[in-house]
Amino acid sequence: MIILNNLSKNYLTPSGEMIALDHINLHVKPGEIYGVIGKSGAGKSTLIRCVNLLEKPSEGQVIVAGEDLTTLTPPELRAARRKIGMIFQHFNLLSSRTVFDNIALPLELLGKNKKEIAAIVNPLLELTGLTHKKKDYPQKLSGGQKQRVAIARALATEPRVLLSDEATSSLDPETTFTILDLLKNIRDRLNLTILLITHEMSVIKNCCDRVGLLHHGKLLEQNEVSEFFVHPKTDIAKKFIASSLSQSLPPPISELVLASAEENTHPVWRLRFIEKAATQPIISQLINQYNLRINILQANVEYIKKQAIGIMIIALDGEKNKLQQGMEYLQKLNVLVEVIGYVRNDIIPFA
Amino acid sequence: MSETTLFLLLEATGETLYMVILGSFIATLIGLPLGVMLYVTRKGNILEHPTVYRVLSAVINITRSIPFVILMIAVIPFTRLIVGTSIGTNASIVPLSLSAIPFIARIVENALLEVNKGLVEAAIAMGATSRQIITKVLLPESLPGMINGLTLTVIALVGYSAMAGAVGGGGLGDLAIRYGYHRFDINMMLMTIIIMIILVQGIQFIGDKLSEKFSHFRV
Repeated sequence: MIILNNLSKNYLTPSGEMIALDHINLHVKPGEIYGVIGKSGAGKSTLIRCVNLLEKPSEGQVIVAGEDLTTLTPPELRAARRKIGMIFQHFNLLSSRTVFDNIALPLELLGKNKKEIAAIVNPLLELTGLTHKKKDYPQKLSGGQKQRVAIARALATEPRVLLSDEATSSLDPETTFTILDLLKNIRDRLNLTILLITHEMSVIKNCCDRVGLLHHGKLLEQNEVSEFFVHPKTDIAKKFIASSLSQSLPPPISELVLASAEENTHPVWRLRFIEKAATQPIISQLINQYNLRINILQANVEYIKKQAIGIMIIALDGEKNKLQQGMEYLQKLNVLVEVIGYVRNDIIPFA
Repeated sequence: MSETTLFLLLEATGETLYMVILGSFIATLIGLPLGVMLYVTRKGNILEHPTVYRVLSAVINITRSIPFVILMIAVIPFTRLIVGTSIGTNASIVPLSLSAIPFIARIVENALLEVNKGLVEAAIAMGATSRQIITKVLLPESLPGMINGLTLTVIALVGYSAMAGAVGGGGLGDLAIRYGYHRFDINMMLMTIIIMIILVQGIQFIGDKLSEKFSHFRV
């Protein structure tokens, strides 16, 4: 539905040319929610603004619903933009218009009459739960309500594609969830294709089907969301994931972890598991079958796209060959095992 | 106060109001599109055009730097061409409008600059034409600011109209000069000043109310 082909964007700055986007190739399938994550300054905003040509790409193609937007004349481009809804971090609602009239704006631009407008706007108010607010001015609304108005407005022209430019970044976590739920809901109902950009891993985790990681204008990796969490390919991706799943030891313990085994120390493992392994009694298996004693230092199981993803950090005590066997058992179950260090007996006693 | 004085004052107030209202109206008619043009041709805006902007901006600055008294005399040939005479209330409307046009253009430009650029961007993303962006987004959103600016202009015109009166333009200024100054009629002078004060207060009051009515920023 959205295809970015070799998309580049350069800016001329007083200090020379700056590359904002560097040969991006990205394909968002129909009905998919695709999230682009990156730190501020990674080029996310430029990327999404290139999709409806708010920014003119320096190079490459932008194909939305089969149409290459970079080749269109201005009137053709305006027509194409009506089929691409967009929502923004700061909502961008008109303060001079009521909720109803804000949603009606794109329809007024199309020259629709009052009756036609009401026939479209009222169901949208219903869908976004704003019917009781229709006569209020945006000033009176909360952030979440404003974003709902913006979503309704973006849907007024029945677009096939919705672009979300950090739409939840100025909302509190709870409101973020309700907005993400609304996005998923309208995707399912209207079979919308959504491209969103965010710097929050929780948005990717809760809402997206696929994710792309943007860093310094380059798309470093793209993957299914659950795969991205379990098998990140780059260090940058690992850092993002680390920031969202707590998977390192709490500082009082991590400071005491030794790099290599010494007398009277225990190994510390980090286990990462998905799918079946996440729901199996692997710990009791280790204890019963391999006679290992286990001390759980940190554990976290998350559900991403109905898939359980677990991360656990454990200290183990047992015979050397049993430890080895235990590790092989885990690896057979597709659990990623990493030895992250060793702790001394007196810090984490097993006795 | 004699009946004659009352009649003179009423007549002069009517003339002043006539000059100010018509002058403001004509100036807005021309100044508003100029202000919009300044805004849209500015760097980074929807119809960016550096040359148009620079020329327009320079012309406006030049006209604004001519003091009203001098402008009034300088445009006499032009006034004759349009009104047919250079004396009287109608004639003074020409220089009044001319002096207010650049003022209003700048006020409109500034009011438009206050509009959040994100709104323009949202409108572009909706597929709006430049004309639609101006009429549906920019003008309605900047209306409260524009009303405040126009109030300022109308009040300035009350002052200018008095100056026009001094050189035969009629109105309260004329009255104050002829009776108050040349005939040492202190009463007449005081009365014209009081009426002027009431006018200015009234205009400010109406302007504030209107601006408030259209402003939905405040809770």
